[in-house]
Amino acid sequence: MFEIRIHGRGGQGAVTAAELLSVAAFHEDRYAQAFPTFGSERTGAPVVSFCRIADQPIRIHEPIAEPDALVVQDPTLLHQVKVFDGVGPAAFVLVNTSRGFGELGIGEFLEGFDPRRLATVPATELAREHLGRPLPNAPLLGAFAALTGLVSLESVVRAITDRFPGQVGAANARAAEAGHAHVVHAQEPSRA
Amino acid sequence: MPSQLEGSLAVARTVARCRPQVVAAYPISPQTHIVEALSDMVRTGELAPCEYLMVESEFGAMSACIGASAAGARTYTATASQGLLFMAEAVFNASGLGLPIVMTVANRAIGAPINIWNDHSDAMALRDSGWFQLFAESNQDAVDLHVQAYRLAEELSLPVMVCMDGYVLTHAVERLELPTREQVDAFLPPFTPRQVLDPHDPVTIGAMVGPEAFTEVKYLMHAVQMRALDAVPRIAAEFEAAFGRRSGGLVRPYRTEDAETVVVALGSVLGTVETVVDEMRAEGVRIGALGITCFRPWPLQEVRDVLAGAQRVVIVEKAFAAGAGGIVGQNTRDALRGTPTVVYDVVAGLGGRPVTRRSLHRLFDEVLAERLDPAGLHFLDLNTGLVERELARMRNPRPGPHAESMLRDLGSVGAESH
Amino acid sequence: MAFQEVKLYQVGTYVAGNRLLDPERRTVQARTDRSNAITSGHRACQGCGEALGARFVLDAAMRATGGNMVAVNATGCLEVFSTPYPESSWQVPWLHSLFGNAPAVASGVAAALRAAGRADTRVVAQGGDGGTVDIGMGCLSGMFERGDDVLYVCYDNEGYMNTGVQRSGATPPAARTANTKPVGAEPGNPFGQGKSVPLIAMAHEIPYVATATVAELHDLEHKVEKAMTFHGPRYLHVFVPCPLGWGAASADTIRLARLAKESGLFPVFEAEHGEVTSVSRIRRQVPVEEYLAPQRRFAHLFTDPPRTDVVARIQARADRNITRFGLLQQGA
Repeated sequence: MFEIRIHGRGGQGAVTAAELLSVAAFHEDRYAQAFPTFGSERTGAPVVSFCRIADQPIRIHEPIAEPDALVVQDPTLLHQVKVFDGVGPAAFVLVNTSRGFGELGIGEFLEGFDPRRLATVPATELAREHLGRPLPNAPLLGAFAALTGLVSLESVVRAITDRFPGQVGAANARAAEAGHAHVVHAQEPSRA
Repeated sequence: MPSQLEGSLAVARTVARCRPQVVAAYPISPQTHIVEALSDMVRTGELAPCEYLMVESEFGAMSACIGASAAGARTYTATASQGLLFMAEAVFNASGLGLPIVMTVANRAIGAPINIWNDHSDAMALRDSGWFQLFAESNQDAVDLHVQAYRLAEELSLPVMVCMDGYVLTHAVERLELPTREQVDAFLPPFTPRQVLDPHDPVTIGAMVGPEAFTEVKYLMHAVQMRALDAVPRIAAEFEAAFGRRSGGLVRPYRTEDAETVVVALGSVLGTVETVVDEMRAEGVRIGALGITCFRPWPLQEVRDVLAGAQRVVIVEKAFAAGAGGIVGQNTRDALRGTPTVVYDVVAGLGGRPVTRRSLHRLFDEVLAERLDPAGLHFLDLNTGLVERELARMRNPRPGPHAESMLRDLGSVGAESH
Repeated sequence: MAFQEVKLYQVGTYVAGNRLLDPERRTVQARTDRSNAITSGHRACQGCGEALGARFVLDAAMRATGGNMVAVNATGCLEVFSTPYPESSWQVPWLHSLFGNAPAVASGVAAALRAAGRADTRVVAQGGDGGTVDIGMGCLSGMFERGDDVLYVCYDNEGYMNTGVQRSGATPPAARTANTKPVGAEPGNPFGQGKSVPLIAMAHEIPYVATATVAELHDLEHKVEKAMTFHGPRYLHVFVPCPLGWGAASADTIRLARLAKESGLFPVFEAEHGEVTSVSRIRRQVPVEEYLAPQRRFAHLFTDPPRTDVVARIQARADRNITRFGLLQQGA
């Protein structure tokens, strides 16, 4: 079982992101579960969502305490919420930012991690470019697919366009592709 | 054909396929997605003919269902927590009038203090209301139980509560098999009530019944509840034959055949319990689990049959009777009367506190090492320091709620955020 | 022989009108084919205004709907005295659920009928003032607001009579009830409390609101029949004296209802979509004392020395109604 934890703020699509990931995995014939933690609906409040992907039916429903992958949709959460709780050095870490880990103040923490499992992506900027709105989850999903290989970009795009038909879906799909390309490009030197 | 769907949406689509003619609902977290989806389906005509009443309260919701059901319509509502309590008078009225209403309870804690997260205190508060109570272990279960619920309700002429853990199940997106319209139509015959409000054949429904007949009416309610002990398994078997999967039934044993220790639980926590059972079995511990699917009526004989051979039983439940002890625990002890089985009552998951594999491992290890006292009620993951300080403060008592009083101790307002 | 035009009023209990009227203009009650929706054998008190009101209203509703209707009843005197299990005096389909939910239950019945394609079957909900004004207010407002097709009838005897005459939101000022006794500084029910549900109903702008009393049979039946020509939420508020609760003679029920109107204390009017459309004017205004004196619930106002100050405040309320609704005939 692979467990992903997504940190965001209400209104950024963290919950939808987890859901779309689960749908992408479903399209690859795998079992997947997505769910959020809840407070009362409030834009801007910290939100955590979870996604589990496995090849067997998933029976547990507890929050993910030790994620195999961590996605941070909003870097302002880094020093406000304990996003790294339970995150071990083998984990994938993906942060929405146009800065580096060092600039974000988490460089030291990530030192023991496998650099091929770490990535940043300027998802908000990519979203603005492709969607005209600062909704980072589609680029992050594409980036996630590139970083982890857990789901294919194709499945991510399919999940997105199924959920958001027409122009909105197409734009989100392009944003996801851009996120994917960003990570692939950033990882190239280390894969050479 | 499987789908990847949110539990609430799956339940709404399934209920729609049961062809309710009147839906009356008032929104309350965490049930909102169910009733919103049904409202959409009525508006688009996907669910027709159906009248959707946007009532002014849960009391109004159940009352409208009572009127609709008495007038011959298949009806549906959903609620949780405070909403279930707000309609409590009408809940008893519905079962007393023998109306086959089906209601989803998206289990949520009851305040004060206000808490929107999952536990079973709402359903347990109305366990004696004369309604059938079914608890879903998974979203697939929840979907299937609603279909079976209409069969059960209309056969025995008593309403059914289908309980599913709020947020944990309602808001989880999972892989599910939705029953098709054709399958449900074949499984659920049209609703043909024995007495109905009809100008061509007027009847009086809801008369005052005095001491000379009230006992008999109530006895009959109990007798009908007990009949469900046969009806529930039969309907489950028919469901399996028609839909090709097992769900419903009275109880669900898991690796209990040679178990020395059996864990009893209701609802989604069973998934976690079964995972821990598997892990401990791999270490050679003879442990199993018993899921209770039908809580009312209480399947006493079935529970006894599974548990009587065990040395110890650990009940992990998401509600309790303040001042008395466990609720499922009490019912389980009833079933184990006269046996030497040791019973442990453990309350877990109150107000949405996650019940984790780690905590359960620790709990079961304690039980097996006989470090847990079978007498008394245990609270899993209790912050004993916090409560002891509050209890000490109470030695110089000034009345007031504990939640606010404890905050003085925490120093800073605002708990840690996850 | 010169023609003499005779005006027939309903005066006192000696009604000449029906015998001399065209059959078509007779009341439903005067017809042999009246439905007796609530038939004899119920256990109401002698002189019960509510039993009278229910019979008048439902027989008129049965005639207006061709017998195609369902009744929903709140808990209260009417429900209790009409259904002493295993007997029932109802000859219409009748449902009783709870005290505070009759409007919601009726909404559910109407929805079921609509879903079944049987919206031609009409729904009448009824309750006392307690079940309507207080505990049923939330459900009533919801039914109004949603536009549900229900006629709600409130039989107002100004108190929780079935439980022993306690005060309700419809109890008038100065009235004695079991929990507003004439002791202490203010005798009886306080001034400044209470609510007018007809006005609240009008604020919801529902198709039809009307008030009536059991003293004017033609008027009451006409309003029921008129209400049935509308669809959507309709509200009828019927003044029904309670001999036991009010400490009045059982033979005085109709007379007291007439006096309540003629004093101005109970305005009789109709409204549509929030606007008053007609008013039943006072024929011969009486001072409020004439209405209050025969009721022991106001006896403490007529002790030695009499509480003329309180009576004056009650008169002021009557005067306000008269002005507000235009209850006096022009030039009377």
